[in-house]
Amino acid sequence: MLKKGIILAIIVAFAAIFLNLLSSFNGNTELSDLSSYYAKNEPAQIGAANLVTAIVVTYRGLDTLGEVVILFLSAAIVSFLLKLSHDEQNNEARKNELRPSSELLQTATRILVPIIFMFGAYVFINGHLTPGGGFQGGAIIASGFVLLLLAKPDMKINHNLISTIESISGVSFVIIGILGIFLAGGFLDNNIIGLGTFGTLLSAGAIPIIYIFIGLKVGSELSSIVGTYNETQKEN
Amino acid sequence: MIYIILSVFLGLFILVMAVVAVHNQNIKVAIIAAGIVSLFSSILYLILAAPDVAMTEAAIGSGLSTVIFFYVLNKIRKNNA
Amino acid sequence: MEYLNIEYISITTGFLLILIGIFGILTQKNLLKIVIGFTLFDTGIHLVMVSIAYVRGRTAPIIDETINVNDAVNKIVDPLPQALVLTAIVIGLGVTSLMLAYILKLNKERKSLDIANFSDLKW
Repeated sequence: MLKKGIILAIIVAFAAIFLNLLSSFNGNTELSDLSSYYAKNEPAQIGAANLVTAIVVTYRGLDTLGEVVILFLSAAIVSFLLKLSHDEQNNEARKNELRPSSELLQTATRILVPIIFMFGAYVFINGHLTPGGGFQGGAIIASGFVLLLLAKPDMKINHNLISTIESISGVSFVIIGILGIFLAGGFLDNNIIGLGTFGTLLSAGAIPIIYIFIGLKVGSELSSIVGTYNETQKEN
Repeated sequence: MIYIILSVFLGLFILVMAVVAVHNQNIKVAIIAAGIVSLFSSILYLILAAPDVAMTEAAIGSGLSTVIFFYVLNKIRKNNA
Repeated sequence: MEYLNIEYISITTGFLLILIGIFGILTQKNLLKIVIGFTLFDTGIHLVMVSIAYVRGRTAPIIDETINVNDAVNKIVDPLPQALVLTAIVIGLGVTSLMLAYILKLNKERKSLDIANFSDLKW
């Protein structure tokens, strides 16, 4: 551990930097130049009602691709580090120690989990009209998965199905991006299908399709991370 | 005016919970305090007119992160006991 | 006074959260408390970034029937830092779950969570 004096000096140095930044902070009164350009030209160019969605998927689409790669990498490394060996998986003695969850939780889970999955799908399908999108919908689906794991702790998770969904969604996302090179302006352009009427469900070109694939991918990755952590409880 | 009072109250509460999370010796209390910091900062994002960020922070920071911490804590206690 | 507005309060909260997070990383001995310090640090940085984007008196950047399409430049807050923070929150969760996986492996080796026992690389 560092000595106490050095720690105090580091924190005072950071506090001095932050105080300097804080004293020169005035609130904005106008949008910056780049955001004014986005706000003026976005309904005609892209046609999404949610401006943050338009920036995340089309104007800054490469950053989203990089983030999807980082999430995939972290899910793969977690499942590689914490994988049980085959004889620890078939340990039947663990089953007698796990106390089953109460009847209230099991009955409520049977009603709530389909509703939570449906709500997650609604959030990422309507990502271009209301607040929401792929990442929020994926996190809601993973929360429904956590409820399922709490009600039945010894549920066998089909890792093959989750990894198949995740791989197909990732490859489709890149294929739609490459289709943009041939049919429209460039990589991940959303003009490959026509922009419909502004503000309806079938508007903004390929943004709903891209967000469906991102939502499925993020949801299955976060579910796989939580499922791997749940399986580490089983070994002795 | 009501928003200013609400944001002052939220800011004070966030800071008190953060000090509890760092300082308390009981690890379960520290993990739950970190989840509460995330939850109240999600409300602060809504006052700052950012609904996408508020939804993401509430689902990920206050839901999934706390659950993963408790899985790890349970496994460590079983290993060391 | 001129300092009692929403963006000033939240940017101060964000900076103080960053300082509390750094203090937690540097002084705690338990490995799990160090990871909690990292999550507080992340939350503080996101608060600072979102509160830079706020314009006084305006509303969320979604164009529905309350905002006219041609008038949107004068009615919305800045949407660009919000898009950056959206990505950063999800990446923060990925990094936290990786750190916790490493903690599980380290605990399996030495059977302790104190950072003084892992001083193999110290010079």
